[in-house]
Amino acid sequence: MPLAAHDASVPVVVDEAKCIAAKGCTVCVDVCPLDVLAIDLVRGSAFMKYDECWYCMPCEVDCPTGAVKVNIPYLLR
Amino acid sequence: MSDPETQTIEADVLVIGGGTGGPMAAIRAKEANPNLRVVLLEKANVKRSGAISMGMDGLNNAVIPGYATPEQYVKEITIANDGIVHQKALLAYANGSYDMIRYLDKLDVRFEKDGAGDYAVRKVHHMGTYVLPMPEGHHVKKVLYRQLRRLRIGVINRYMATRLLRGADGRIGGAIGVNTRTSEFLVIRARTVVLACGAAGRLGLPASGYLFGTYENAANCGDGHAMAYHAGAALANLECYQINPLIKDYNGPSCAYVTGPFGGYTANNKGNRFIECDYWSGQMMLEFWRELESGNGPVFLNMRHLAPETIGEIETILHSNERPSRGRFHARRGTDYRHRMVEMHISEIGFCAGHSASGVWADERAQTTVPGLYAVGDMASVPHNYMLGAFVNGAIAGQEAARFCAEVDLPMPDAEMLAAEQARVLAPTRRADGLTPFEVEYKTRRLVNDYLAPPKITAKMRIAQERFAEIREDLDSLVARDPHELMRALEVQSILDCADMAAAASLYRTESRWGFYHFRVDYPETDNDDWFCHSLLCKDAEGRMAHRKRAVDSYVVPVDATEMTAYQKLRIAPAQEAA
Ligand SMILES: Cc1cc2nc3c(=O)[nH]c(=O)nc-3n(C[C@H](O)[C@H](O)[C@H](O)COP(=O)(O)OP(=O)(O)OC[C@H]3O[C@@H](n4cnc5c(N)ncnc54)[C@H](O)[C@@H]3O)c2cc1C
Ligand code: SF4
Ligand code: SF4
Repeated sequence: MPLAAHDASVPVVVDEAKCIAAKGCTVCVDVCPLDVLAIDLVRGSAFMKYDECWYCMPCEVDCPTGAVKVNIPYLLR
Repeated sequence: MSDPETQTIEADVLVIGGGTGGPMAAIRAKEANPNLRVVLLEKANVKRSGAISMGMDGLNNAVIPGYATPEQYVKEITIANDGIVHQKALLAYANGSYDMIRYLDKLDVRFEKDGAGDYAVRKVHHMGTYVLPMPEGHHVKKVLYRQLRRLRIGVINRYMATRLLRGADGRIGGAIGVNTRTSEFLVIRARTVVLACGAAGRLGLPASGYLFGTYENAANCGDGHAMAYHAGAALANLECYQINPLIKDYNGPSCAYVTGPFGGYTANNKGNRFIECDYWSGQMMLEFWRELESGNGPVFLNMRHLAPETIGEIETILHSNERPSRGRFHARRGTDYRHRMVEMHISEIGFCAGHSASGVWADERAQTTVPGLYAVGDMASVPHNYMLGAFVNGAIAGQEAARFCAEVDLPMPDAEMLAAEQARVLAPTRRADGLTPFEVEYKTRRLVNDYLAPPKITAKMRIAQERFAEIREDLDSLVARDPHELMRALEVQSILDCADMAAAASLYRTESRWGFYHFRVDYPETDNDDWFCHSLLCKDAEGRMAHRKRAVDSYVVPVDATEMTAYQKLRIAPAQEAA
């Protein structure tokens, strides 16, 4: 069966102006229990790669620059 | 994807799952014998993994001298579970409870104390007093991590265990893991294994339809249950589901255990109480469900009558601990505890001994039915174990494993089994198209809701088994395009195993028991003559799901017949209700 893309809004937003991934930070990616964050090497910023979030918040609480904001996923908001 | 590398390492004690019970097992094994090679394997990162990722707002089952005795606790949990408990395991927990609290206190976990410096325990249970608040409980994982580092315990993050290894003599021999970011293989040969993989929390589908909007940490999807099953270990009383009361849609605790001692309570749409006690049990859940289904639903948590300072205190605890995003959820909907009740609901089904009673059979030494294999926490069969139970039984398992591995050598893994497992794990990466893990998981969990959730109906559960058999064939079409999707593809196989176990176990026990958890419409009565026993499920020599009964061991703490019905009288009489 061929596959089709299935887009969704993601609950976790990273402020690129504050994110210091370009300096080597990966804290939010490291702590996420669902492993759904990643670093965009081109933009030098973390981002939510998979819409599989437990809205638990370690990414936001542990980010050294306050760049992460966790919203409640739309389906249950 | 090209074929990943396989690495082999050796350990004396391998702990799988670095959430709550797992780190404590590793710590205690290492403390028992610093020369042991202790390895802690974690699917996520031990810094923030598991149910206590963001800390906890209290101990739900603290047995503290002056407030309760171990015997009282054993009695209460026996009654709450309609008598089907292995009391020796409950007593081992209760006896270790206070020492563990003091150990955690020494490590700097902060518990609420009164002016005299004594623990400030509160009453939430139907009979005794066991809840110890932790208003500053958000740092539990930091404390554990510090201790792991101090003891130089080998931590391996981002490896998901997929199967257990057994030696030729049937003893445990280690486990296989796969890296969730690279799909590299890891074979860990070990003398002893402690399973601490948490609840099977991704079994039913949340009402929101969001796969990861579960009550439990969504990384806990029943891998531990599935691994134990495939290794031949027995699982106990799986038909005694976990179903939790929670904030509707948010699907997390609201939380009556925190608010109850301050005066908050569960109410119907008229604002009236309908249950005597907010402590979770199958009987409580039955009354909750009845109220939801009656014209009196929805059900709410009511705090409107509390003083503003009290509400402020509650907000600080609930919105900074455990599930801090609940504050954000309420704010968006304009739910202020001062003016509006919190709408509640009941969760989808799962397996979790932390809140309920079922899981991999574990005795008072945390031993499973496979020599050298231990199970602790939410995935083991010790009822109502909660966080402190995971710690205490983790400690017991760590000490037992340390002792046992001194007596045995390292079993040789079976090369054929290793090759077969590698083929199973990697199969989804060999396909260019097929079914995505997302859709297979969604469908499986939707069917769990449709056919397995109570009230349980024989005809529906049989249909479920037919649908699950079809999905089992679909597994041969699973496709994973990167290592992350491969993790999800493996998880869905655990979920399907758990769904099959839930159906089979529920069909086996032909009576009703544990209130809503095993409410069988075709067998509405409790049948103590035939079913006052544990039901054990395991894989037989032909690879089929088999069942047997295990007698309940004679009680170490006697409970007389008049006390036994206490939890069956939770509904407030109508006249009282209006008061
Ligand atoms: C929202 C919530 C609120 C709660 N509130 C309270 C409370 O107030 N008081 C209280 O006493 N108890 C509470 N509990 C219960 C308590 O938190 C749990 O009973 C306890 O933490 C369970 O510990 P555990 O070690 O069994 O599981 P967890 O701590 O969940 O750890 C399981 C670990 O296994 C890992 N894992 C899973 N599969 C694999 C695999 N295949 N390979 C490797 N690793 C794997 C997971 O990533 C996770 O880190 C609450 C639970 C939840 C979910
Ligand atoms: S933790 Fe914060 S700064 Fe670091 S990568 Fe993530 S968003 Fe960027
Ligand atoms: S809220 Fe939790 S699951 Fe979601 S991205 Fe952050 S750490 Fe990961």
